[in-house]
Amino acid sequence: MADDNTKNTVLDILSDLTGSDEVKDNLDTNLFTTGLLDSMGTVQLLLELQSQLDVNVPVSEFDRTQWDTPNKIIAKVEQMQQ
Amino acid sequence: MINLQPYENPGYFILLMVALLPAIIIRLYGHRSHWYETVVSFIFLFLMFDGKDWHQGVALIGYTILQYAVISLYTRYRTKEKSPNKFGPFCWAVILSIAPLVVVKFTPLFNNGQSSIIGFLGISYLTFKSVGMIMETRDGAIKEFHPVKFLQFLLFMPTISSGPIDRYRRFEKDYDRTLTSEQYTDLLGKGIERLFLGFAYKFIIGYFFGTMWLPQVQRMAMQSRGGFLDLSWPLVGVMYCYSAYLFFDFAGYSLFAMGISNVMGVETPRNFNYPWISRNIKDFWNRWHMTLSFWFRDYIYMRFVFFIMKHRLIKNRVTIANLGYLLLFLIMGIWHGETWYYIVYGIFHATVMILTDAWLRFKKKHKDWFPSNAFTRVMAILMTANTVCFSFLIFSGFLDRLWFH
Repeated sequence: MADDNTKNTVLDILSDLTGSDEVKDNLDTNLFTTGLLDSMGTVQLLLELQSQLDVNVPVSEFDRTQWDTPNKIIAKVEQMQQ
Repeated sequence: MINLQPYENPGYFILLMVALLPAIIIRLYGHRSHWYETVVSFIFLFLMFDGKDWHQGVALIGYTILQYAVISLYTRYRTKEKSPNKFGPFCWAVILSIAPLVVVKFTPLFNNGQSSIIGFLGISYLTFKSVGMIMETRDGAIKEFHPVKFLQFLLFMPTISSGPIDRYRRFEKDYDRTLTSEQYTDLLGKGIERLFLGFAYKFIIGYFFGTMWLPQVQRMAMQSRGGFLDLSWPLVGVMYCYSAYLFFDFAGYSLFAMGISNVMGVETPRNFNYPWISRNIKDFWNRWHMTLSFWFRDYIYMRFVFFIMKHRLIKNRVTIANLGYLLLFLIMGIWHGETWYYIVYGIFHATVMILTDAWLRFKKKHKDWFPSNAFTRVMAILMTANTVCFSFLIFSGFLDRLWFH
């Protein structure tokens, strides 16, 4: 159940940052075009991933097109945990 | 001595396309043509910096040697086993890399408007690329220094004078791949389409706004001086006319640079994505001169915010974001030049960003207070476009002429 844990943590971080449960309802919401996340939110996300999941994502590796939905973020984080 | 400035007239395109014809044929057969494209690039770079501009050519060579040394040494430091990745060497690499640009930008200020002898056309855009590489090397995203690819990236001929600003890892992928005949045909088609759209933008529409109409409305605005702050209807005309000129001229240039990149098999990122339909100023900066604003976003704003938050230097997130905006847009203003209107332009955009963020937070809290429909969306677009046009009036420097000359 390790994967579920990651997924829930990421979703909790995201709903916390965006102040909305939209991210939990639709895992394919585009976080940037909807205005849910901006650069500030992105940095907070990276810092939260670091402290809560021990996943280190440098700013250079953050390509918006690969991190723009909850599903893509979960996949990225799971990939980096392996 | 023949001297050819990039994309300045239709003749340039004819010469360049004729020169690139063998490369196009080689690529249409599904092969790469690096060696041939390198020769053509070298010739066109030479023609750009020869004759009356020879001193710029010398400056470019010196500049390239410096960047080569800084980046190769820094990569060596970062890739040696158990690299400590300290802040000091990183800082020095960035300082050395931007030093020539800083000298060039500040020389006119301290030297009665004289330009620096180490300057050359495109120095800003090359510096953006180098500094980006240093930052990504620090992050461990770039893992090796490849001399040939580094030079191909830094001195990529289609974008050397004014961007778009590409990223090394993205460029490297395009450079290394071999396109099949079908893939290249497709890309070539897109490239040629961009060139023709660019002609319409820069040589036709941009020409009407910039060369035909702008001087006329400017003259009328100068003649209508005397009222409060010398404001007049022709000044409003100057604002819109200049904004239209700025967009069509630069979007046209960007299309040329993309188009020629495409012909050479490289998909240089775009600079504009329908900026005039932006719903707010944040949206606007994601659509206007995108490679520059993304550069400032990724390498200045986000790193600044990351640093402050990680070390908990400031608690309040709103304060951090606002300071970040001020920092970003002040640097952007100063980069444009050390005149009051570029600095005011920067502060103006930072202020609008801060107000927009405050408004978005307020709206989020009181969702049910505000309707969202076709009317509000059109109003938002109109307000954003007009705010932007006003900022371009500041940027144009015309107010300096209107008020102080």
